[in-house]
Amino acid sequence: MAEREQIKKQAPSRAEPEQVEEVPAGSKRGDELKAELDELLDEIDEVLEDNAEEFVKSYVQKGGE
Amino acid sequence: METEYGIIVRGAGEPNPIAASSALINAYVASLARRIDWDFQDESPARDARGFVRDVQLAPEVETHLVNAVLTNGARYYVDHAHPEYSGPECSTAREAVLYDKAGEAVLARSVAAAARLLGPGQQISVYKNNSDGKGNSYGAHENYLMDRAVPFTRVVRHAIPHFVTRQVYTGAGKVGTEAPGAEDVEFQITQRADFFEEEVGLETTLKRPIVNTRDEPHCDAQKYRRLHVILGDANLSEVADLLKVGTTALVLAMVEDNWFAAQGRDYTLARPVAAMRQVSNDLSLRQPLEMADGRAMTALEVQWEHFDLARKYADDLGLSPLGGEEAGREVLRLWEEVLSGLETDPMGMATRLDWVAKYRMVNGYRDRHGLRWRDPKLLAMDLQYHDVRPERSLYARCGMERLLGAEEVERAMTEPPTTTRAYFRGRCLQRWPQAIVAANWDSLVFDLGGDPLRRVPMMEPLRGTAAHVDELLARCSTPAELLEQLGA
Repeated sequence: MAEREQIKKQAPSRAEPEQVEEVPAGSKRGDELKAELDELLDEIDEVLEDNAEEFVKSYVQKGGE
Repeated sequence: METEYGIIVRGAGEPNPIAASSALINAYVASLARRIDWDFQDESPARDARGFVRDVQLAPEVETHLVNAVLTNGARYYVDHAHPEYSGPECSTAREAVLYDKAGEAVLARSVAAAARLLGPGQQISVYKNNSDGKGNSYGAHENYLMDRAVPFTRVVRHAIPHFVTRQVYTGAGKVGTEAPGAEDVEFQITQRADFFEEEVGLETTLKRPIVNTRDEPHCDAQKYRRLHVILGDANLSEVADLLKVGTTALVLAMVEDNWFAAQGRDYTLARPVAAMRQVSNDLSLRQPLEMADGRAMTALEVQWEHFDLARKYADDLGLSPLGGEEAGREVLRLWEEVLSGLETDPMGMATRLDWVAKYRMVNGYRDRHGLRWRDPKLLAMDLQYHDVRPERSLYARCGMERLLGAEEVERAMTEPPTTTRAYFRGRCLQRWPQAIVAANWDSLVFDLGGDPLRRVPMMEPLRGTAAHVDELLARCSTPAELLEQLGA
């Protein structure tokens, strides 16, 4: 897309995403994230409110601000 | 930053959120020093930044009979409508604003624990730092920025709107489904709030919500300053998202004050900003172009990259004093660049930095594993529970999110004020002489020394009353009477 290329040229310090080989700072590697996610999903049922349907239904707020 | 929290009580029959919010705050303050009442003399929520005061009286922003406390960290903790609300103290850097926002979460968590000890058997209060109940009711997380009154408001509106609409790609807290009337095929969207905005500019906050809110209530010298009241943001749990929300916005507003957009020949006015808010929020790919007023098409990320480039040049040429100094400002620029790069490369790689990505990965992963529909109550429950302020219940706390702050500094910020704004004077006086202070407001303290009329100390300059200004004075005074004499109040 022409517009996108033009923007890229204005900011030469940034790497083109296609050429990026290293993971950007603050990103985690895919397999690392996957392992953490699996661990999290394993424990969700223990932490989640007992009756999800009732919990969601009863969560009614008045508008604020 | 001011945050209205969602609240529910279980096992108590008819829900009464006002009573529950009051009980929550009372439980907290009961465990602290004597409560200081808020002073409403200078509250004027109907004043409009466009230069007029409305004839029609709006519903009062705050109701005086409700619980209202000022904490020794300089924050206000009170009942607003039917929600507990924590308004952090005035801060001079984005990082500090986040610190006091997180201290607010800790205050709410401790309040829940304190209230639990007072409730009957089987009753329980829970509190959520989110912005919607999933049924069309929304409550806010507002940001406030001190600005030069001389800057034309139309210029603020012109350049704030494109940033507000496109910053959603990192400020969003994520939501399963949609609450926008007529929209039905949204599985998950980036922000909690985009569904609730209907106007570009206006005074309302509870209906017909505008992208730029014009409430003009500076809580300081109104000749010199305005307080830009930003109402469209999501409440963030993520410290990175929270810091970017206030840091990038402070930078954009500093550029507006210095007329930097015009100087650089840039204008990112959107063709349809209200529609663009939802478009950005609903586009998890981050690749749909937005239509600009001049006919160009740009994605939200492209608009953000250009804002980033402008801000970096601004920082190099004019410095970062509006962000509280070089170090504080450079941290914002660094994270801004990293997060935009990350979102551009692979949004899911931001799962430990941004709320919406963390929530999406968790909810979608669970959905995949159990073969659930997007509207399954379990997924909706996970969405809510991401925001639970109780650490043992919070799903945010289990997502392995990057922290910028230490636990000790957050703990300390629950009771100690920031040192570089007038919040320091407010907080220190409340620590030392709670019995003598009968009322506090953002811009004044009222002392009762017995006998005499009440004595009011105005604080109309937000950047005075700092540790550098008043530490020596406070050290010299051993009583409030001495302080007032020294101040000539």
